[in-house]
Amino acid sequence: MKRRTAAEATRVAVLTTLFAAILVAFLSPLAYAGLQSLKTPEQITRPNSPILPSDPATYEWQGETYDVYYVPLPDGTTRELALVKKGRQQSDFVDPANPGAGPITWVGSWRTLEQPWQLAPQWANYAEVWNLINFPRALRNTIILALVGTFATVLSCTLVAYGFARFRFPGRGMAFTLLIATIFLPAAVTLIPTYTIFVKIGWVGSWLPLLVPPFFANAYDVFLLRQYFMTIPRDLDEAAMIDGAGPLRVLRSVVLPQAWPVIVAVSIFTFVYSWNDFFGPLIYLAGHDDLQPLQVVLAHFNGIYYQNPAFIQAGNVMTLLIPVVLFVIFQRAFIRGIVITGVEK
Amino acid sequence: MNQLPGITASARLRLRRGARGPSAPMSPLARREARQGLLFIAPWILGFLAFTAFPMVATFVFTFLNITLAQTEPIHFVGLDNYVQLANDKQVWDSLSVTLRFAILWLPVSIVVPFVIAVGLNSRYIRGASIMRTLFFMPYVVPFVAGVLVWQQMLSDSGWLNDVLRALGWSKPPSWLFDINAIYPALVIMGVWGIGAGIVINLAGLRGIPTELYEAARIDGAGAWAQLRHVTIPMMSPIIFYTLILGVIEVLQYFLVPLVLKNGTGEPGGSTMFYNLNLYLTFFNYQEMSYGATMAWLLFGIALVITMILFWLARRWVYYAGER
Repeated sequence: MKRRTAAEATRVAVLTTLFAAILVAFLSPLAYAGLQSLKTPEQITRPNSPILPSDPATYEWQGETYDVYYVPLPDGTTRELALVKKGRQQSDFVDPANPGAGPITWVGSWRTLEQPWQLAPQWANYAEVWNLINFPRALRNTIILALVGTFATVLSCTLVAYGFARFRFPGRGMAFTLLIATIFLPAAVTLIPTYTIFVKIGWVGSWLPLLVPPFFANAYDVFLLRQYFMTIPRDLDEAAMIDGAGPLRVLRSVVLPQAWPVIVAVSIFTFVYSWNDFFGPLIYLAGHDDLQPLQVVLAHFNGIYYQNPAFIQAGNVMTLLIPVVLFVIFQRAFIRGIVITGVEK
Repeated sequence: MNQLPGITASARLRLRRGARGPSAPMSPLARREARQGLLFIAPWILGFLAFTAFPMVATFVFTFLNITLAQTEPIHFVGLDNYVQLANDKQVWDSLSVTLRFAILWLPVSIVVPFVIAVGLNSRYIRGASIMRTLFFMPYVVPFVAGVLVWQQMLSDSGWLNDVLRALGWSKPPSWLFDINAIYPALVIMGVWGIGAGIVINLAGLRGIPTELYEAARIDGAGAWAQLRHVTIPMMSPIIFYTLILGVIEVLQYFLVPLVLKNGTGEPGGSTMFYNLNLYLTFFNYQEMSYGATMAWLLFGIALVITMILFWLARRWVYYAGER
């Protein structure tokens, strides 16, 4: 018996460690983005520089700033000395611990020496990117698009799902099948006429192509809401109707109060989805910098500043922070939403 | 609620006519219920007509016309010209081959990896499965452009992946984003980052398998592998099938990652000139609407054929527990 528990403990240890290791690798890009975003361009281009955002150590001597190096001395010790005069065969160093002693001459090429680094996160990168991409404006655009999109989606999908869940009407089965079928329809097949029409009616270059369609419901969220509404018993509906409540009133005072979990799930879902939408804003807001949300701005920014990886990563972190934080807060609702659409089909 | 007066009013007109259609006599009560139901789903009906049905038909009509966004010559019927041009367009077939080759690499990964991770997370030998599930899901919510740009540097020569590979003794690790032979694996790596939803769906499916089935299998002497093969996989087959169908539709339209990663150039060496990237350039950059529509229609046809084949094959391996 004892041996069996030991074997079990080993299995637990092995599997848990393995998965923890996979997770570390899986999430490492987030850490990478965070660390790179705080580095100087010099550190990023320098091979063998430390993982943490750092600067080469420096020392100020007689009003000038000098780089510090690890210098192996003839007595066998290695000391951190500041390089004050570079030479090919020999160089002069000052000991920061004892500057009064004056320069020490060291024979050898200073280029072979390694530098000590000190932690120096460049928070200024964020401030600079903030201004370069006009972050407040892009953030405002993203938030407005996401909020209106979420409101429109939740409103329209709730009404439609309620219609499918609670009313019998001719053709309901077929309509629902058609609704589900649209999930499997490649977007490319409707894209070109839609885009052409939006160009012709002058909507391209405004938020309308992004904000109007959500008012007409979408298959995923209708399905999600309808599945949930079906699980709510009808007794209360009927009681309310006998008391003279109309369908809208039943929806508002009977169904919705019991459906909060799924409404929250759909809201968070849609909010993050709108936040992460890229293609719509890309084609409908091309050339209108003042209207573009973060993702489009970020892609454009990458085209200009690709030679400054720290800036790009700072922009990435600024873009991904809000959805990730929202997810962490609402992860239960989020995961439940995925489960309902994915499993109960 | 007052946001849509115009929409609901016009919907009412249209739907009332439709609701009278069926000949079976309905009681006044049933008729009222039908009317109300149709009114509630009216936003979707209108949206379906405006943003799905009409554009689909229009896409088809476009393929027989000469529509461009600038429209320098008058619109006229061109017969099958667009289709003939399509059949002879080497770029179209090259880009289709890019998409299909990537699909063959990506689809198995996108099915197997979430399944395997979910099986691991569902094991009784794991601790902290719930927090791990959340963390595996997290990259899924990272905005897509930010994700691509993070990976662009992760996979660069000075990025962490090659640092690790060098530390493991691979002196010249691949130049992931600039080597024709490494770019698809690189895109797969980036894709795997977003499999959080797949893990969650698989995990929920695994938890829904009745434990009696495993007990019965054990009594019959089935080991871990036999249980996976004869209980888990058949019981999971509807979910695997659903993921596969959605995966096919998605991968056939894959192009946003290369668009951001390579600025739509198709580099290296045309290997990222995916079918939909080609389509996007055709209608967006060159504004050739009719030709783009013809390309879209071809893609739709391919998707339809593949989906139908998969549905047909599904009868052999997908097991629906609820069916008699």
